[in-house]
Amino acid sequence: MRSIIDILDLSVAELDELIAVANDIIAHPRNYQDACARKKLATLFFEPSTRTRLSFEAAMYELGGSVLSVTGGATSSVAKGESIADTAKTVSCYADIIAMRHPKEGAALVAARNASIPVINAGDGGHCHPTQTLADLLTIQREKGGFSGLTIGLCGDLKFGRTVHSLINAMSRYPDNRFILVSPEELKLPSYVKNDTLRKYGLPYVQTTDLQECLPEMDVLYMTRVQRERFFNEEDYLRLKDTYILTPDKLKNAKQELCIMHPLPRVNEISVAIDDDPRACYFKQVLNGKYMRMALILKLLKEAAL
Amino acid sequence: MNIDSIQNGIVIDHIKAGSAMVLYDLLGLDALDVSVAIIKNVTSRKMGKKDIIKIDADIPVDLDVIGYVDPAATINVIRDGVLVEKKSLSLPKTLTNVLKCKNPRCITSCEQELDHVFRLADEEKKLYRCVYCETKAN
Repeated sequence: MRSIIDILDLSVAELDELIAVANDIIAHPRNYQDACARKKLATLFFEPSTRTRLSFEAAMYELGGSVLSVTGGATSSVAKGESIADTAKTVSCYADIIAMRHPKEGAALVAARNASIPVINAGDGGHCHPTQTLADLLTIQREKGGFSGLTIGLCGDLKFGRTVHSLINAMSRYPDNRFILVSPEELKLPSYVKNDTLRKYGLPYVQTTDLQECLPEMDVLYMTRVQRERFFNEEDYLRLKDTYILTPDKLKNAKQELCIMHPLPRVNEISVAIDDDPRACYFKQVLNGKYMRMALILKLLKEAAL
Repeated sequence: MNIDSIQNGIVIDHIKAGSAMVLYDLLGLDALDVSVAIIKNVTSRKMGKKDIIKIDADIPVDLDVIGYVDPAATINVIRDGVLVEKKSLSLPKTLTNVLKCKNPRCITSCEQELDHVFRLADEEKKLYRCVYCETKAN
């Protein structure tokens, strides 16, 4: 049974196919309104989420399907000590596809190995968040016209920021891209992402702590939140949380065609004064996420029926 | 120094000097109720010094564990005092329940019955990563 745990589970051809379907859904939504009729999506969210869960649920409803939902471990049998494996086997009896978020890294893989229906990883701790990357890719495609020859700035928490790791993995498969990694020393990109992706494929990148210095070079700026829930030590979180705050003043030297992205929720990283700037794309990202999730649900259910 | 030759059993030869005890622990040889000889720092023409483990019983040994600790080691299977099989090893592609993931954020830290599985991420550097969270094996 095909599941999507990591963005690398999808080939470049499959990403192109999903983007084409998502663009077709945007252009012809009525053609898809019954595409998943009588199918059920189970959303198992063991960690707080607004956007991702609602996006999955909205996606399924817009495809004519229905949704079974578990939010927070406290209301499910997981609170009684049920394993992820047993939960996945049980939910497979009720639903046709699972979208799962869990605070522990690798939880979605465990679910996928035990479920008899497709599992979509909706975020497993600081590890992977492939459907956010699908939203990011559709946004880049629609805003920049493609995925090649771009200078992509990634700023903030690059250590625990799972969306950053997934986006780097995805963009590394397209030619002529360059990465600028902006973070405090403590939140630098993990060595495995650097070694297994950037260095392995010989992709040019620079690491810096200075956002403003590199901003004029960027075609895409991907801001991230410093996530309180990833820290064991509150003091470290408080010290690092406001390291980078994007304000209109800082954008003065940025390109006019810059695409400013953020996986949301934001706390202080992007001033609300930037929301009306035509370069701000983060709310478009939210909408694009729903279309890409629709395309992914369609694809996995179609494959499961074969 | 003399160690009796074995009639039926296994000789793990050409172990990198100093690695025999690591192998002894990982293979769980302390739990065996048979004679096990650990010979350390044996003079070797090829290796200078090497370790050897002799197990006086034809029991299954986990070749992945031996391959992980020392892929250059060789396994000799002895039956009725005769060498009947010689196995050479390579770095295993995956290791199950040989290493423990130490990442407190990994799903293996809270799901007690879950196998700890590591995959070979970089053969040249002999680097293994947890399949669940990508954490490096130490």
